[in-house]
Amino acid sequence: MNAPATVPVLAVEELQRHYTLPREHLFREPGKVYALNGVSFEIQPGRSFGVVGESGCGKSTLARTVMALETPTAGTVRILGHDLFDLDKDALRALRRHFQMVFQDPYGSLDPRHKVGRVVAEPLTVSDEVGARDRVEKVADVLRSVGLKAADMDKYPHEFSGGQRQRIAIARALVTRPELIVADEPVSALDVSVQAQVLNLMRDLQDSFGVTYMLISHDLAVVEYVCDEVAVMYLGRIVERGRTEALFARPSHPYTRALLDAVPRPGVGRAKRGAALKGTVMSQTALGTGCAFADRCPMAKPRCLEEAPPLRDLGDHHLSACHYAEDVPAG
Amino acid sequence: MSGPGGSFLARALRHRSFMLGGALTVGMLGMAAISLFWTPGEAISLNVAHRMRPPSLEYWLGTDKFGRDIFSMLMAGAQNSITVGVVAVSIGLVAGVILGAWASAKRGWIEEAVMRFSDFSFAFPAILSAIMLTAIIGPGGVTSILAIGIYNIPVFARLTRGVANAVWAREFVLAARAAGKGAVRITIEHVLPNILSIIIVQATISFAIAILAEAALSYLGLGTQPPQPSWGRMLSEAQALIFLAPMQAIYPGVTIALSVFGLNLLGDGLRDLLDPRLARKR
Ligand SMILES: Nc1ncnc2c1ncn2[C@@H]1O[C@H](COP(=O)(O)OP(=O)(O)OP(=O)(O)O)[C@@H](O)[C@H]1O
Ligand SMILES: [Mg+2]
Repeated sequence: MNAPATVPVLAVEELQRHYTLPREHLFREPGKVYALNGVSFEIQPGRSFGVVGESGCGKSTLARTVMALETPTAGTVRILGHDLFDLDKDALRALRRHFQMVFQDPYGSLDPRHKVGRVVAEPLTVSDEVGARDRVEKVADVLRSVGLKAADMDKYPHEFSGGQRQRIAIARALVTRPELIVADEPVSALDVSVQAQVLNLMRDLQDSFGVTYMLISHDLAVVEYVCDEVAVMYLGRIVERGRTEALFARPSHPYTRALLDAVPRPGVGRAKRGAALKGTVMSQTALGTGCAFADRCPMAKPRCLEEAPPLRDLGDHHLSACHYAEDVPAG
Repeated sequence: MSGPGGSFLARALRHRSFMLGGALTVGMLGMAAISLFWTPGEAISLNVAHRMRPPSLEYWLGTDKFGRDIFSMLMAGAQNSITVGVVAVSIGLVAGVILGAWASAKRGWIEEAVMRFSDFSFAFPAILSAIMLTAIIGPGGVTSILAIGIYNIPVFARLTRGVANAVWAREFVLAARAAGKGAVRITIEHVLPNILSIIIVQATISFAIAILAEAALSYLGLGTQPPQPSWGRMLSEAQALIFLAPMQAIYPGVTIALSVFGLNLLGDGLRDLLDPRLARKR
């Protein structure tokens, strides 16, 4: 494939986010959490980009930074070519109609005191020129397109089930017809039976509105189902990136391999490769030398402790941050 | 809004202490309202010829040493207590909620400054600030109102900041920010509606405390001045005659106690009724 001539919907470059912890000692430097340590990727229009990784690897921090809800320590986020952290307040506010977010908790992300119509219209009320009548029309339209009724506008969120509430949240994200929707664990709070419905809805909406997704999940199956491309994150870094089928069929990073092995797959009589992921995630409060995954890696060699592996191109849009990417066992 | 266990009204009617507190409060408000245009006897002007009368059809609770009708004085005193309470609590509520919400929206050193200011003014009880105010502007109803109002500012500021911080941490606030709303809009559209019920409960309790404080200030001669009747001054005037006519002290005492008790029950009841999680536990 040639490099596309279009402007990527989202381009993230060398993004870093370090949290300073509250100072505990007067004469000691306060501690730090290295949540993001140089993340780069691009998403082309109409694609779905998945981000997977264990709890605490920085997925939500990445989502919040992409949404300009947090300021990065370093690096840039460009949406449709605009550098978010270079815009003045009003310009950023105006640009927000082009990128919206769906949150994890459908019970926490809808204000219980607002009726559904007001919740869904929220992004329109900020920079919208349209009058109240048009607004009602738009809300009715978008409610119908997520499988709810226009009459649901006059109800309160607590009158809906979790799956329906997540549809309301999706409707809110969709109402400005954004180019990009960032979804942080959009189905992990839902019953398994409802998860598929919501994911199907997201796929259908992509077909009808051409929206681009950045979908975050710790669940590989969710990402596999929805996304064209996947990035695997470990301790604030992308360790492997590639097209979904290729990456899942032939992972090129031992961490991805371990994540895949940790998923029980009915019908696939795959012998378990020992205890796939031993130990817990290495401390996020210090940046060591060498590969961050080395202490848990079944393939670790002396070189891994000394030299940090860069994210390198293996060809065919597949990137891996492992010195021994070619040696990772296939499924 | 219909919560679990039926509508608000249905749950309220089943809540005994809420109903009792409500009845007492309505009684107090009613007395005050009626006193605006009618009292059974003379509450203000003196009539020495009829002094120290026992209870009768003409003087329901008798007359005091100046010949004023005690029941009428209690009615007019209710009006005084309520006026002072409402104005003082409103001052504390408006200023306190604004300060607390501002601290919560800005965080950082602004929050720190507002909270330290609250700690500082908490160190001054209402009586103490009333004495200081009296030294500046002299005794009177305005002094009571200002002293009680100022005392209430940090009460509401701290409460507001605490519950507002909890609302700011909710995901729907993140969603509002993602939509592009600023801190002022988020405070008005999301934070305040979500903390309103807690503020209302506090206002009820603060109102009860204000009535007590007003009585105490008038008793000390710092608050409402004659001839305006007030419960606190009725108590202090009756004190001299405590062995001769003990009922003259008991009437205002019981009235104050019932009003405070009623408002506290009302506040507790509202707390239960406005919080569906608590309501379910009972
Ligand atoms: N405001 C903050 N202050 C300090 N540390 C933070 C803050 N927000 C996140 N962190 C830390 O940053 C790291 C990454 O957090 P993040 O929420 O991005 O992880 P995540 O991948 O989304 O995890 P999960 O799957 O549990 O949602 C964690 O160690 C977390 O404790
Ligand atoms: Mg997260």
